Amino acid sequence: MKIFRILQISIRALSRNKMRSFLTILGIIIGVAAVIAMVSVGEGAKKGVEERFAAMGTNLLFVQPGSRRFRGVQTGAGGYVTLKPEDAMAIEQYCDAVAAVSPSISTRAQVVYANKNWNTQIQGTGEKFPQVRKWNVAEGTYFDETHVAAAAKVCVLGSLVKQNLFEDEDPIGKTIRINKIPFKVIGVLESKGEQGGFFNRDDIIAAPYTTVMRRLRGVDYISSIDVEAISADMTDEAQRQIEELMRERHRIAPGADDDFEVRNMTDVAESAAQSSQIMTILLGSIAGISLIVGGIGIMNIMLVSVTERIREIGIRLAVGAREKDILLQFLIEAIVLSVGGGLIGIIIGIGVSRLMKYVPTFEGITTVVTPGSILLAFLFSASVGIFFGYYPARKASRLDPIEALRYE
Amino acid sequence: MSEKIIVLENIVRIYQIGEVEVQALRGISYSIERSEFLAIMGPSGSGKTTLMSILGLLDRPTSGRYFLEGEDVSSLSKDQMAAIRNKKIGFVFQNFNLLPRTTALENVELPLLYSNINGKESKERALAALAKVGLKGWEYHRTNQLSGGQMQRVAIARALVNEPSIILADEPTGNLDSKNGAEIMDIFTRLNREQNITLVMVTHDPVIASYARRRLYLKDGQIVREEINGKTDGQASVQGGQL
Ligand SMILES: Nc1ncnc2c1ncn2[C@@H]1O[C@H](COP(=O)(O)OP(=O)(O)OP(=O)(O)O)[C@@H](O)[C@H]1O
Ligand SMILES: [Mg+2]
Repeated sequence: MKIFRILQISIRALSRNKMRSFLTILGIIIGVAAVIAMVSVGEGAKKGVEERFAAMGTNLLFVQPGSRRFRGVQTGAGGYVTLKPEDAMAIEQYCDAVAAVSPSISTRAQVVYANKNWNTQIQGTGEKFPQVRKWNVAEGTYFDETHVAAAAKVCVLGSLVKQNLFEDEDPIGKTIRINKIPFKVIGVLESKGEQGGFFNRDDIIAAPYTTVMRRLRGVDYISSIDVEAISADMTDEAQRQIEELMRERHRIAPGADDDFEVRNMTDVAESAAQSSQIMTILLGSIAGISLIVGGIGIMNIMLVSVTERIREIGIRLAVGAREKDILLQFLIEAIVLSVGGGLIGIIIGIGVSRLMKYVPTFEGITTVVTPGSILLAFLFSASVGIFFGYYPARKASRLDPIEALRYE
Repeated sequence: MSEKIIVLENIVRIYQIGEVEVQALRGISYSIERSEFLAIMGPSGSGKTTLMSILGLLDRPTSGRYFLEGEDVSSLSKDQMAAIRNKKIGFVFQNFNLLPRTTALENVELPLLYSNINGKESKERALAALAKVGLKGWEYHRTNQLSGGQMQRVAIARALVNEPSIILADEPTGNLDSKNGAEIMDIFTRLNREQNITLVMVTHDPVIASYARRRLYLKDGQIVREEINGKTDGQASVQGGQL
């Protein structure tokens, strides 16, 4: 018997019992919709990360301590203490493909103003940070060379910190305490806004890197150097120049491994995207579990359906259906159900991920439905149908024709 | 001219229910000729349905041999049995056994579905079979909208559609009134005479049985008596004469 005929019979049999068919696939619909929607949230976060890095500009480079050998292992910053402020000075001075540098070191600290408390990241930077990172002040000014040279206790607030500590008050000229040390607020950074990630870039305080090194961390090294190449085309040249200079400065013998690493934005964006990929997989698997539960629902109702249809199976056997024909019929019914449920679920999942941003709790969330996630959900639901449909189908095909015909 | 379409040699069927053995058939030896119209009679529990199931290859005998059109079919595989049911045998049941919520046409097409006949030919043949049993105009009615007599005619059309050599009918008029019963018997008689289909029918009703040319009486799983055209033969002569 041709598959097409069986398909026809299966669809006919299913449409004879629309309500039951619908209830059967409800679990699959919900499962597939959940997978699509959850994965779209993960993919949205990934896209947010990528966009954020793109916004920083393609002529940005980072010099970090550590060897390329350890690239995949992600040795934490601070594991290496090889970068010194003098390295940054030298890069700016001797590499002609470099436009500006900003040494970088950060710490987390408790910040107090009047009766308000806030825990945030204190980012130590050079005075050229606004230029290198393309992030300007909205109010007041950024600190300058003299502040950096003197390790002055001045700071520039991220807009969220400003909001939390000062609300509507003007913060410029006020003194806040960072780890009990008084700092004068001289400016406020412009808001970057939420970009679909889980951390807020405006939750930050910028201070001279010298101040963070000496007064907050008590160290004499920096954790990285932000470098701006003179143009996007010159980033490769800048990278080459920096590597050459740094090997010379750190006296690395030819052939020996570097004790630093120069990364461009593409590298950084890739590794950031990788970690949001993990989140996507996590969200997707949680939703995938509901798909399996949906599959068990199919098996359950298929088993009931086999019992209800013992007479029908008996009749089919009597007129010459072979075991294989009955098996195929019930299996195809299960697959038609799960694939049908999968298609409806895909449509609902796309709808949910589109509408999610209108729900107050998820305001500002970015969701991206990828063809990959649709394909995955579809294939998964079809295999759920085969897997959970097989047992009831086999049960149906093994019935004895006489018993089946006598069944009341 | 008297070709034996069915030959049974000492057919025994024992049902095992837990510890208990039920001897439903205790050594049936008999033969049926092509184009025969045979009625099987006997008290309830005498083994009529059991015998029909074995004749129809829905069941295998516990022992004994069954030759259908000269071929030993006593120990075929399930798939081989299904193929023979599909090609050579048509069933008609007391309770019609039509598929619920389907049209008359769909029911009649059912055997063709399992014999690789394409959609167009299948439909044509099913329509012709329905016409043969006088159901022209009822093809697209759902079976639950039909009367008992009509449902049984759909079942006969289904039994006919694959041009079987034998139709097995287990109490085909058992659920019908006498008028509808008579109509069904007219159809059977016509099929038997005009198309030479071999007909084996179980019935409790002597009037219905009188349509048949030959009547076989079972009791306790054994043949007790046979009547041909009104004459009565004793058991001994049946066994001696038929084999
Ligand atoms: N599937 C089965 N399992 C166990 N015993 C069975 C089974 N089918 C029939 N029997 C027994 O076999 C004997 C013959 O049954 P069968 O159905 O052939 O009788 P019958 O002549 O058709 O009776 P009726 O006129 O009531 O239909 C009975 O004793 C019955 O209880
Ligand atoms: Mg019976």
